Amino acid sequence: MHSSSTISHLGRLHSGTAWVILAILAFLALVVVPVLYWFVPPDSPFHMPGWMVTLAGRFLALAMVALALDLIWGYTGILSLGHGVFFAMGGYVMGAHLTRVSYEDRLPNFLQWLDYSDWPWYWAGFDSFLFTLLMIALVPGVLAFVFGVLAFRSRVRGVYFAIITQALTFGGMHLFFRTETGFGGDTGLTNFTYLLGLDLGTPQARLVLFWVSALALILAYLLCRWIVTSKLGRVLTAVRDAENRVRFTGYDPLRYKLFVWVVSAVLCGVAGALYVPQTGVINPSEMVPSASIEMAIWVALGGRGTLVGAILGAGVVNVVKTWATSAHPDLWLFILGGIFIFVTLLMPRGVIGLFSRRKEGKA
Amino acid sequence: MHPNKIPPPETSLAGRAARTATGVALALGLATAGAATAQADEDPIKVGILHSLSGTMAISETSLRDVALMTIEDINENGGLLGRELEPVVMDPGSDWPTYAEHAREMIERENVDVIFGSWTSVSREAVLPVLEELNGLMFYPVQYEGEESSRNIFYTGAAPNQQTLPGVEYLMSEEGGGAERFFLVGTDYVFPRTTNRIVRAYLNAHGISDDAIEEVYFPFEHEDFQTLVSDIDSFSQDGPTAVINTINGDSNVAFYQELANQGIDPIDIPVLATSVGEEELRGMDTDPLAGHLAAWNYFMSIETPENERFTERWMEYVEQEGLSGGSDRVTNDPMEATHIGMRMWAQAVLQAGTTDVDAVRQAVYGQCVDAPSGFEVCMDDENHHLHKPVIIGEIQPDGQFFPVWETDDVVRAEPWSDYVEGNEDRVANWRYPWVCGDCEEPTYGLSF
Amino acid sequence: MRLTARVATGLLCALLLTPLLSPGASAAMEDAQEQAEQLGEEQEEQLEAELAEVTDEELAEDTAELLRAMATQDIRALQAAIEDIAASQDADTLPALLALRDRRLFFTDDETLIIEDARDGTFREAITGEPREDLDAGDLNEPRATNPIRRILRPTIGALQIFADDPAARLAAAEELAERPRPEMRDAIVAALDEETAAETERLLNIALAQLDLDSEDDARRLEAVEIVAEVRASRLRSDLQALLEVDDDGNHLESSEEVREAAAAGIRAIEDRERTARFVSDLVFGLSMGSVLLLAAMGLAIIFGLMGVINMAHGELLMVGAYTTFMTQALFALLIPQYFHYYLIAAVPLAFLGAGAVGIAMERGVIRFLYTRPLETLLATWGISLILMQSARMIFGAQNVSVASPPWFSGSVQIMQGVSLSTSRVGVIVFAIFVVGLVWVLMNRTRLGLEVRAVMQNRDMAACLGVPARRVDMWTFGMGAGVAGLGGVALSQIVNVGPEMGQNYIVESFMVVVLGGVGSLFGPVLSALGIGVTTKFLEPAVGAVLGTIIVFAAIILFIQWRPQGIFALKGRSADD
Repeated sequence: MHSSSTISHLGRLHSGTAWVILAILAFLALVVVPVLYWFVPPDSPFHMPGWMVTLAGRFLALAMVALALDLIWGYTGILSLGHGVFFAMGGYVMGAHLTRVSYEDRLPNFLQWLDYSDWPWYWAGFDSFLFTLLMIALVPGVLAFVFGVLAFRSRVRGVYFAIITQALTFGGMHLFFRTETGFGGDTGLTNFTYLLGLDLGTPQARLVLFWVSALALILAYLLCRWIVTSKLGRVLTAVRDAENRVRFTGYDPLRYKLFVWVVSAVLCGVAGALYVPQTGVINPSEMVPSASIEMAIWVALGGRGTLVGAILGAGVVNVVKTWATSAHPDLWLFILGGIFIFVTLLMPRGVIGLFSRRKEGKA
Repeated sequence: MHPNKIPPPETSLAGRAARTATGVALALGLATAGAATAQADEDPIKVGILHSLSGTMAISETSLRDVALMTIEDINENGGLLGRELEPVVMDPGSDWPTYAEHAREMIERENVDVIFGSWTSVSREAVLPVLEELNGLMFYPVQYEGEESSRNIFYTGAAPNQQTLPGVEYLMSEEGGGAERFFLVGTDYVFPRTTNRIVRAYLNAHGISDDAIEEVYFPFEHEDFQTLVSDIDSFSQDGPTAVINTINGDSNVAFYQELANQGIDPIDIPVLATSVGEEELRGMDTDPLAGHLAAWNYFMSIETPENERFTERWMEYVEQEGLSGGSDRVTNDPMEATHIGMRMWAQAVLQAGTTDVDAVRQAVYGQCVDAPSGFEVCMDDENHHLHKPVIIGEIQPDGQFFPVWETDDVVRAEPWSDYVEGNEDRVANWRYPWVCGDCEEPTYGLSF
Repeated sequence: MRLTARVATGLLCALLLTPLLSPGASAAMEDAQEQAEQLGEEQEEQLEAELAEVTDEELAEDTAELLRAMATQDIRALQAAIEDIAASQDADTLPALLALRDRRLFFTDDETLIIEDARDGTFREAITGEPREDLDAGDLNEPRATNPIRRILRPTIGALQIFADDPAARLAAAEELAERPRPEMRDAIVAALDEETAAETERLLNIALAQLDLDSEDDARRLEAVEIVAEVRASRLRSDLQALLEVDDDGNHLESSEEVREAAAAGIRAIEDRERTARFVSDLVFGLSMGSVLLLAAMGLAIIFGLMGVINMAHGELLMVGAYTTFMTQALFALLIPQYFHYYLIAAVPLAFLGAGAVGIAMERGVIRFLYTRPLETLLATWGISLILMQSARMIFGAQNVSVASPPWFSGSVQIMQGVSLSTSRVGVIVFAIFVVGLVWVLMNRTRLGLEVRAVMQNRDMAACLGVPARRVDMWTFGMGAGVAGLGGVALSQIVNVGPEMGQNYIVESFMVVVLGGVGSLFGPVLSALGIGVTTKFLEPAVGAVLGTIIVFAAIILFIQWRPQGIFALKGRSADD
């Protein structure tokens, strides 16, 4: 938006120390992990096993969802309980590409059920990777734009907005559950083999996907950071705190809200696109209302309005969930539920609040 | 360290069929013999159990975990395998398909399990499949499914369509089954009903029933309002003898059958043949409205055979011993039998191979036979990774059990690639030389040397 | 620290019940359930017993011959045996046939046919009538009345029973014959018509006869038959009439009489007219029924979310608590006062209100009251609560659904018009929905609590200044909302499955109902729930159930853009933000 000052502005995103920390984290993800996985021999205690790399890669994609949600909830005060639909849209676009590449001339069975003998029109273009990239941004973006224009123009806010986003993802889920919709129905898209000539089953693919996810998360973080520290970001915070006053001051909150809403949806879509090749399947269950609520939990748990908190929250919840579902299959819902109650009651500022409070105490 | 008493691997089905001892007695007897000679301090053999214990699938899958744990206990009580204990590794994918894949990966890579028993829905199996193929894992899949698959890393112990639905349709068209000329296909909208109904439609067409005498309707999971559907079925049935093929999954069935009863649809006028309603599903239902309707399976709890008596008695004992919820109401059903068969088959194969190595065990599973609770000797096919199974049609009784009204004379070989699906004519699933593939039209290897 | 302790106590309270109920209770509950089921069966059997005349005299030799053939488990042999009986028209076989139909017919290993007495469950020999107290159910084999058997058994019984002395038995027999007339029974029907005095039975027999006479040689008789058949307007008969209008390959009518053809065509038109009306009425009735289910599911939320502004994601689990309370009431009744078992449902209503209300109050005290200033965060905390409640239910009652049997006065169906019937339980749900709406209205407008609730919701500070204990009112309001959700659970237990996941299916729809209806209004949800129900049901035949749901959801989203505050926008705490 403010292109002339972009470069200098970028430098002001963080204090020097924060830049150093960020650089260290980036180094860990982009260099150390690949080394531990690739070059350290498997029998060494420092070796990072393959499943962990993929798991971490998926968590990075989910962290990006949390980041996108924090941008819209933490900074603009719009709680979306329907980000699952944008995540799934990105995922489906990527899934469509992977399906076309993996199936080549054959037709997946769900299209045969619909009596298609060739790829139908809405599958056209997905064989091209560039087209897919465009669509990853465009599909969730346009959906968010249309929905946003409708909702923000009629000033649907707060709880109402949260509920109709639930309706959006619920409707989306039902739509994609239908086999007639043409994207695999309940099973969704799966059986992927190749991406850009890379065999998805190989360790190389695993590492590349992890690496791209890490890079994307870092870039997304910088983008969000840039948005929230810019003048635009301050208007957004003002919208969050007192929308009417912003309007009276002469700003049109609609444009700002819409912009950040679309950005958030697109980021979410990108996250979905990164998630799918690492999971090997995309199906409508990504759009169940509870999945979107869980995304909001990540942000709340990590700490709203901090960006870093969102990433942290996504990490913590997913790690605990992965651990608990295999270590205590009968108790994990108690553990998860307990954590949510505990955090909302006693840690209103999330996990990140613990750190900043301590820091404030010292200062 | 392998006990000498292991007989040389037998390859002919006939030879094995002639054995006097039952499969399980032999397997367990061997295990005991093995225990005496093996080292005591060896690591346990880890067995992964990948069934949802929470979420929508918990209702069906919890029993499969229980029966798997029971069978593991049985094997352990008889000294384990190759002198090693079996150690179950249970994980809960929470009815979330990607989590199945994730846990399968953890099981194989982190926990080093030697085999996995798991999955229920086709989606979850398809999610796990690439992981199994990538890491060369081994899974036994115990549920009836739509076919169209044969992976070298999965053994399918449930029925393929020609081992369940098609014999059912044949029965409905027979005079005894009501001589149906019109078919209403109702299902949950996902891969199993879609593929099954496609096969059923082709089968009906081939048997002189045209498309205008076939109606096909789908509903989402958890749909519970079938008022409109039932009144549609009623008007559809006015033009001739009608039967309903019901591929609705899980809980929705209660509402469906209730509505059938409410609108006065009598099974003697319009029989409903279900492919996903078994004893376990009936347990949560008021079964009165269902009485007289049909289900096609490969096993029923009510079958009277010595093997089944042993199986059900052991199960009830296990339920009591573990204090499982549901207590004396617990039942056995087809996928539980399939899990049990699969596990015994795997145990026999491990003994025969003398190792838990996946490649060796897979070879040993081919042609492996078990005296199944259904009263038949069921054997793993030599080629296609599917089980030979009997097909039994049962009428639902008011007590929630099935009364078998019809069964095949012998076991039926599975056709994973049904000829009734377009484009399947030349597809072959054959894991023996020179084919060695689950989906191909010509052998992987050339014939000449 | 104090806060932590309180939260912990709140949660503990909710969880403490868990182990108490678990092992012993579930076993007792199963016994109780069994007893309850038996009770239900006994009553029905008594009715049947009146129809089955009990004879303890020895039967004639040729009757005995016919009956002996039934001592078999071979379906084809059994079928042949019944066909022979049907041909013999021997009314003495009736008790055995009825016993076969009701699964009371057995035979011993030496093929002696045994009838179980419907009234006291004792055994006696079918042929000699001698009591056999030495027999045990385990010793007996059962000839199974499977579908192919029942297909001929029922008309056979009908043909024999039309000469019975009991008018009710004759009516039942005539109904059966009118449904499934068989040509070989024509003589019996004609004979019965001569003797019949009851008008309804006579009408039914005439219908049965007319169906058999559609291909009569006599033109006049055929015309008469067509007219009688057309009068019934049953869809089942349309194909019979259609057959009269068919033409052969040369374009000649198969039916020679012009008059008969016209009568048949008129009959078909009448059937089609009726079907069209029935279709409309059934869509409307099914829609109202679906709407009242939605309404009952959403009513509690209309208070908790609508009035208080608490986004209670555990609402579905409160429905579940209500449903499980119904289940437990059923079990307790069977255990403690089995003679009143059929009325358990009535007792379940207040119990579910109290049970769910108590869980609600525990939630409010333990968690929600700390979050009133942070409405969006209650969403997260209540979601945590919902996970915990769901898993608790799974641990107490198992992952499988539990069976809640509808009491006999609540099962069956009500015919609204020919071809449109609604199950009694769904009719009950509609009535119950009216009751719950009335109850909530009275609570809100005719009680002191209601007055205080409205005061606090409209202006909290002012109400507090005037001495209304706002915090306590919060607690009771939440408890009341939860209780009403519990009532919804009672209703759901009668029409859908009761299981740990059941609440999840209703949460989004409940929120939609409240938001569409207008937050803060009580009659808004009524209108929106019925509107959603009827719209969905009218869409369903055209586009299918799923697409119908999607269209309705899209319409709701658009409607909210147009009227962000819903159909009725009253002032409430959250409507004002």
